[in-house]
Amino acid sequence: MSEVKKIATRESYGNALAECGAKYENLVVLDADLAGATKTATFKKAFPDRHIDCGIAEGNMIGVAAGLAAAGKIPFASSFAMFAAGRAFEQVRNSVGYPHLNVKIGATHAGISVGEDGATHQCNEDIALMRTIPGMVVLNPADDVEAKAAVRAAIEHDGPVYLRFGRLAVPVIHDEASYKFEIGKGVVEREGKDVTIFATGLCVSECLEAAEKLAAEGIEAKVVNIHTIKPIDEELVVKAATETGKVVTVEEHSIIGGLGSAVCDVLSAKAPTKVMKIGINDTYGESGPAKDLIKKYGLDAGSIAEKVKAFVK
Amino acid sequence: MNTLELKKMANVVREDIIRSVHSAKAGHPGGSLSAADIFTYLYFEEMKVDPKNPDAPDRDRFVLSKGHTAPGYYAALARRGFFPVEDLVTLRHIGSHLQGHPCKQHTPGVDMSSGSLGQGISAAVGMAIAGKFDGAGYRVYTLLGDGELQEGQVWEASMLAAHRKLDNLVVIVDNNGLQIDGNVADVNSPYPIDKKFEAFNFHVINIDGHDFDQIRAAFAEAKTVKGRPTAIIAKTVKGKGVSFMENQASWHGTAPNDEQFAVAMADLEKVGEALCQK
Repeated sequence: MSEVKKIATRESYGNALAECGAKYENLVVLDADLAGATKTATFKKAFPDRHIDCGIAEGNMIGVAAGLAAAGKIPFASSFAMFAAGRAFEQVRNSVGYPHLNVKIGATHAGISVGEDGATHQCNEDIALMRTIPGMVVLNPADDVEAKAAVRAAIEHDGPVYLRFGRLAVPVIHDEASYKFEIGKGVVEREGKDVTIFATGLCVSECLEAAEKLAAEGIEAKVVNIHTIKPIDEELVVKAATETGKVVTVEEHSIIGGLGSAVCDVLSAKAPTKVMKIGINDTYGESGPAKDLIKKYGLDAGSIAEKVKAFVK
Repeated sequence: MNTLELKKMANVVREDIIRSVHSAKAGHPGGSLSAADIFTYLYFEEMKVDPKNPDAPDRDRFVLSKGHTAPGYYAALARRGFFPVEDLVTLRHIGSHLQGHPCKQHTPGVDMSSGSLGQGISAAVGMAIAGKFDGAGYRVYTLLGDGELQEGQVWEASMLAAHRKLDNLVVIVDNNGLQIDGNVADVNSPYPIDKKFEAFNFHVINIDGHDFDQIRAAFAEAKTVKGRPTAIIAKTVKGKGVSFMENQASWHGTAPNDEQFAVAMADLEKVGEALCQK
């Protein structure tokens, strides 16, 4: 492949916050001692008075964010997905979700692409946890352009939003000037008649590459980017599944409760279709370079293409 | 309100607590009764609030971190005029706006949903930080149980409150000494409570939580403190005002039956009559 620009979506997160800071005076950012890693340090540098470092206390950080929102602020509470969605789940559920407060949770370092830090820090359960909370919007952008658009959309959305970002630099697949992002609307990234691949996050670019490999073998895969896991684009899911008859879901998340489950929830009720879920197979991750882990856990373009080929046959 | 008027209102709040918990056939009378004087003082003397405009941006805020004592909170709000007093007996009934634990979205005057212990104080800290950001003059109050101090999040929030010099924040601890499983000192002792808040860089005031003169003096003192949050440790009696509930952990989360209800109301009526003689 020619020179493809790669940017980690956590970088996009920090940049988007800093860009939005001047326009939205009520925007405040919270961290739990990870401003350097979540890239909110970019915002902190530009707006030091509107950055609150809560120290290593994620449950309290979510509660403080709730209080700020109750007093009219638009807080972005930032940490690794493991701690924002995992450790602080109950605070998110009871202090943010139940009162439907305008808190945005910026969760970076999601999935196995955290890499060397290993299983304790590789959260493959956050989408499942967050989508069970009534009224929560769950966003999982695929690249830099989409991640920045997701931050802007989250600010404009009145209510709680969970945003999932990655540590690994991933290809920029969208054109900044022409790309339109809307919460709850999936994006058909590639047309195809033989199978639909619903993908989310960094798996979208891997699936586009997999679709090229499949095309070389005569299989035309439609690739649909589901950046909003909740509320999911039911209309598009049903339409694509009905057109192609076969469905594959691909996510850097447990196959339990994530995108695959969300797609199956829709299809089982509205258009029963055979579905193959590709994701983390009910197991923990491990230490290693992110790229190698993605391959080992079967989320690279080559592995995806092979599985889809076998499934479609 | 003068002290006698506050005492009378607190007694009305106590009657409301017994009436609503009896109607609900469930709820938490013990900790509601121990905090009744504090609820009364906050809503009838201390806080700048307007029942006709419960969401006024410049209002003082209150977060009931010990959310299970909602019956006392609701009684104070209703008597202050946030919603009809008749609503109180719908507590915990299906379809009522008076949920078992406070719900911001349902009940006028409730500034924050709470009930999962340890979380309310964090929200109060967030509100106080927002007040500082805006240069707003409002103050933020939060009431905690002494058993609640066992939640680690209380200390996460306290550390941040002092670190950010939130002198617009007052944390009140309802130190009635009892929790569901027994004496707080036996279950997992939070003592010395005052020394702990002092170590977290709070200005600490110890008071008798049933003495309105002490309550008044403590809140007045808190307003003079600069650069530090204040913690008021209020020594109270769980079940205060109802003879058979006083100092009984078993009345933490139990509703009185019809006979017990009659005795409790007679106890409180007697107190009310005595206050009217004064």
